This record gives sequence, C-alpha cells and structure tokens, in this order.
Amino acid sequence: MAELTMIEAIRAALFRALTDDPDVIIFGEDVGIDGGVFRATDGLIQRFGASRVRDTPLSETLIAGMAVGAAAHGLRPVAEIQFMGFIYPVLDQLANHASRLRNRTRGRLTCPMVLRAPFGGGIKAPEHHSESTEAMLAHIPGLRVVVPSSPPRAYGLLLAAIRDPDPVVFLEPKRLYRSTSEEVEDDGEALPLDKAFVLREGEDVTIVTWGAMVAEATEAAQQLAETGVSVELVDLATLKPIDRATIRSSVEKTGRCVVVHEAPLTAGLGAEIAADLAEHCLTSLLAPIRRVTGYDTVMPYLRLERHYLPNTARIVEAVGGVMEFA
Amino acid sequence: MPKRADHFKINCSAFLDASGNPIGELPEFANSRETLTELYSAMVRTRTFDAKAIALQRTGRLGTYASSLGQEAIAIGVASAMTDNDVFLPSFREHGAQLWRGVSLEELFLFWGGDERGNDFAQARQDFPVCIPVASQFPHAAGVALAIVQKGEPGVAVAIAGDGATSKGDFYEAMNVVGAWKLPAVFVINNNQWAISVPREEQTAATTLAQKAFAAGIPGEQVDGNDVIAVRDTVVRALTCAREGKGGTLIECLSYRLSDHTTADDASRYREDEVVSAHWKAEPLVRLRAFLIAEHGWSKSEEENLIHACGKEVEAAAENYLATPPEPARAMFENLFAEITTDISALARELNNG
Repeated sequence: MAELTMIEAIRAALFRALTDDPDVIIFGEDVGIDGGVFRATDGLIQRFGASRVRDTPLSETLIAGMAVGAAAHGLRPVAEIQFMGFIYPVLDQLANHASRLRNRTRGRLTCPMVLRAPFGGGIKAPEHHSESTEAMLAHIPGLRVVVPSSPPRAYGLLLAAIRDPDPVVFLEPKRLYRSTSEEVEDDGEALPLDKAFVLREGEDVTIVTWGAMVAEATEAAQQLAETGVSVELVDLATLKPIDRATIRSSVEKTGRCVVVHEAPLTAGLGAEIAADLAEHCLTSLLAPIRRVTGYDTVMPYLRLERHYLPNTARIVEAVGGVMEFA
Repeated sequence: MPKRADHFKINCSAFLDASGNPIGELPEFANSRETLTELYSAMVRTRTFDAKAIALQRTGRLGTYASSLGQEAIAIGVASAMTDNDVFLPSFREHGAQLWRGVSLEELFLFWGGDERGNDFAQARQDFPVCIPVASQFPHAAGVALAIVQKGEPGVAVAIAGDGATSKGDFYEAMNVVGAWKLPAVFVINNNQWAISVPREEQTAATTLAQKAFAAGIPGEQVDGNDVIAVRDTVVRALTCAREGKGGTLIECLSYRLSDHTTADDASRYREDEVVSAHWKAEPLVRLRAFLIAEHGWSKSEEENLIHACGKEVEAAAENYLATPPEPARAMFENLFAEITTDISALARELNNG
C-alpha cells in the first residue's frame, strides 16, 4: 500500500479505470501533455496515448456536450472542467441533457459520464477559481454529485463514479489535493455512491459536512473532545443522492446537528439537511440545527478569502451554541 | 499591399428549378424513377403527418407542435443520404428525416402528444431524440463522432438545426472540434429564414451561414433546400468525405418556413401573408412532382394512390396514438437512474399513496 495525496489517488483511479475499461476516455483542457493544471492526469497520455487522453479546444460547453454524446454512443468519458467558476456554461448540458437522457428516452440512451472539477476555496487562487456551487448541481434531478474528502475516498468514489451507468459530477476540493497523504490501496475497489461516511462516532452532537470542511470539522471535533463534547462527524461525500438515513440515525442518537459547508448559506445544501431533520427527527432534537457556511456574498479575492471560509473556530463556536441550548 | 492570408469560396448547388426543370446534369441516383418516387412519397408522407399533427393540436389532442411545412426536402434529402451506421441528432422540425430513419408515426405522435415513450424508438435505436434547446445537439454530435472514431465504427454523426442555431456558441464550439480533430460529423442547417419572429437578415451580418464553417476549418456549402436531389447529393458527398477520414462539413440548406414557428405561434404578428405566398411557388413537393410527371410519366392515379395511402397510414397511426393510455404516474421516476435510489423510491411511494 502506498501513501498518496488526494491528487495522486485521483490519478491512480484514472489510471486504473483506463487500464480496466477500453471505453474509458479522458478529455478536457490541458489534460494531455501538461497533465492537467493540478496534474490529476499527469503521465496518462504517455501511458494511454493521445487518443484516450485528449486535449480539447478551450470550450467548456463542448467538453460537457461532447461527453454526453460520447457516453450515449458507448464510451465512458471522464471530462475535466478546469475550475469550478467555469462550470456555469456547462449547466445547460448537465440539466437539459446529461441528467435526463435516460429518462426522456425511457432507458434507450444513457449517459455514463463523469465531469470532474476542482472545487472550493482555500488555495489563494484567482477570481472565479474558488467557488462552491454544489447546491446548484445537487438541485438537478438525474445527476449524482460527489465530493471526496480524503485520498482513499477520492480513489474509491472516483472509480465508482466512472463505473456508474449514469452521469456523475465529481467535485475535488483542491485545498485537499496535496494537504495530506494517506494509505491508499490501489485495488480497484469502488466505494458506494449513496452512503455517507461516519468518520468519528460521538454522543453529543452530529457535524455533517463535506469536502475541505471535513478537515476543519475534524480539528474542531478534537478541540471539542478536550472540553468534554463528543462529536459524531459525518462526511456526506455523495451530495446527491443524500444519504438521509445515516444523517437521521446519527441525529436521533446525538439530538444536535451542525451542518458545515463552504457554499453560501441561502438555499445551500445545509437547508435541505436541516429541513429533512426537522421533518423526520423533530422529537429527537434537543437544540436548533445550526449552519456554519460561507457568507451570502460574492467569494472574495484571495486577501479576504480566509475571512469568508468557515473554519475550526466558527465550528467550535456553533457547536458550543447548540450544547448550551440544551 | 498586404498579402492575402487565405481565401474561401462557397458553392450553392441545385439541380431542379422551382418549376421542376433540370439545371445541368443530374447526379446518378436522380436518374432512377424508383429512387425519385421514393423521395417524393416520403415528402408527401411527411406533409400528411404534419397536417394531421396540426389538426390534432387544434382539437386539443396533441401538445404544441412544430410544423415542417415547406422544408420536407431537407429532412428527406439528409436522411436518404444516410446509412444505418450513421447517427442522427435532430432538432424539432425534422419529422421527415426521423420517419425515413425508421421512427414510426405513432412514436412521433406520442412524443408531440407529451409521452416520453415516443423517444424510445423501436428502430433507429442509436439516433438521438429531438433536441429542444437550440444548438445543444451539436456538441453531442461531436461526442458521437468521437465515440465512432474510438470504436472504429463506419458511421457519421449527422446533426441538424435551424438558422437561429448558427448564432449560438454551442454550434461553433462543436464545429471547431470537428475541424480540430477531423471528426466524422456533418452539420446541417435548415435555413428556413426565421427564428420564430427574427428574420435571417437580422440574425447575423454574415452573407451566408455556410461561411461560418471556415472559422472552424471545415468546408461549408450552400444548397437549395427545396431541391431534394441537391440536398441528398450534397449530404452524400459530405458523408463520403467524413467516412474517408477527411473530416466534417457544414451544409446550409436554403428553404422557407411556410408555417408558423409552432402551433403556439402566430406568424401574422411579424410577417406579411404576401411574402409567404411568394415562397409557395418554390416549395419542394411541387417541383419534384413536375419533374416526375415530365421525365418519368408520374400519373394522376399514382399521385392519388400515394395521397390516399399516406392519409390512411397517418390516420391509423393517429388512432393508435389516441388509443394509447398514458403511462402510470410512477413512470416519471423509473428511468431517472439505472437503479432506483432510496430517495426516488420514497417519492414513488408517496405518489402511489396520494
């Protein structure tokens, strides 16, 4: 077993998928000789050739639309959108086509494609490079949305996404690309696309989060443990479909919930989770559900970025609030 | 004096004039009475379907419908040039092409009647369903063409859209990659002069739509879109070129929308009846019938038999459509994913309890 960073784990999964299935093809901007701007596809063109690892023209709508067409005609495209801020033109293809091709043809044509994109803030990137727009994507019926938070989960979830018979948007928290290394077994084993991961069991409060916020929440849980608060930490990982059962059963046990995400508050996924708990777990709740999120403002440039992103201190404070309530 | 960096030329081909007189030498296939009557019959069948669809919509038995009146030669010219290996990616006005490719009249009625089963074609299994968001099918065609190349298949992806589509980025982005990667794709424009209420002249300052191909590095051609012989001949040449690995072509077919945009539109708000009337003189069925009568002795009884047969077939299909009950409501969930998810099965239960 090797210690891999998340970017290396992603590359390992891509390598594995290309090796296992001749229908898998990778394309996007600079994914070839350059290996992708974050190097996720580094070395793949040398091993698998320029026909299976293709540099596209600079053309996001094309990348997504071509993935739809190629998937419907028998390939398993893994397409890359270079940065999350460039995903907006792609929404047309995702919402109007990828997500509904199976449904509107009653299963005759399908769309087994993966759209990868670096996700979220925290690396002092330029404007339009640091957004978290997962809620927009999770709102589209027929689309799966996945966000890994560790190297082994990135490996297993990406393999699952590529093998899935339906379209998956795979959002990679770029702040975690190289922040840590973990043991990853390159065994070709995929992880389920509809199960949240309980990373830490606890008794007092459930923190539900995903992506880079898992690291902040993990740190918060450690600090809180020192003050005698036992946190159950749930990495949602698959944002659509949401594993409601895991969240509900955790909150039924702890009675308290804090949802943490980088995206702005209003109409974010935290609202969906809070509403679901209010509908299904009201009698278990001991305190109001709190959300720790990015603010309802435009993602600031890099100088103010750290003030925007939720951090350990804000999470600890929110947990303190719900603990004080009851 | 600056030197010329490059130069471009656009041909416009036509074989029959508006009265059905041949212009120069016809392509080989057009010497066959059988082939020509087949093309003519398909155009009549398309127009018969069109009239019935409008009648059904007007009496509340079909949803909003986009007529193809006057543009039948484009649909039939394109489809008759294609083979079963090719993949068709249509816009919403190419019923004739879908019918030629093997989509059934019942399926078309079902689709326009608001039933997804109309897209589950029993034949033409690889063809795409009608694309409503204008021009978004061109990137799909690039993807299909890419899959064809990767799998070493003999087919070509053929996408078609209206003149308004050429103002969209998707159209250019897809054409650009077809050029850059020499993909086997043919893009056809049904230039019927109108994008709902906006006329072709206001859509773009480009003197032709075909010239937009040059920016993508592929050939662009114009053809008289009311001349089915010319459309078929041009598409055959483009398909041959694509099959030989020489890349894609853009074909602009010049025609005219004799109908409203859809049954929800009222074209009298933005264009004069006299202008439309003038274009009836150039419509595609009349000229081919004139040619068939003059050159191949197409008889009155043959004409009557054809019209009768098309009417009977379309009526029967319409009856089958009207007799088809809607799917059970749960069908809206059953094909969302390959396997129904926990969330979705909860919704299906809710629906059944409601």
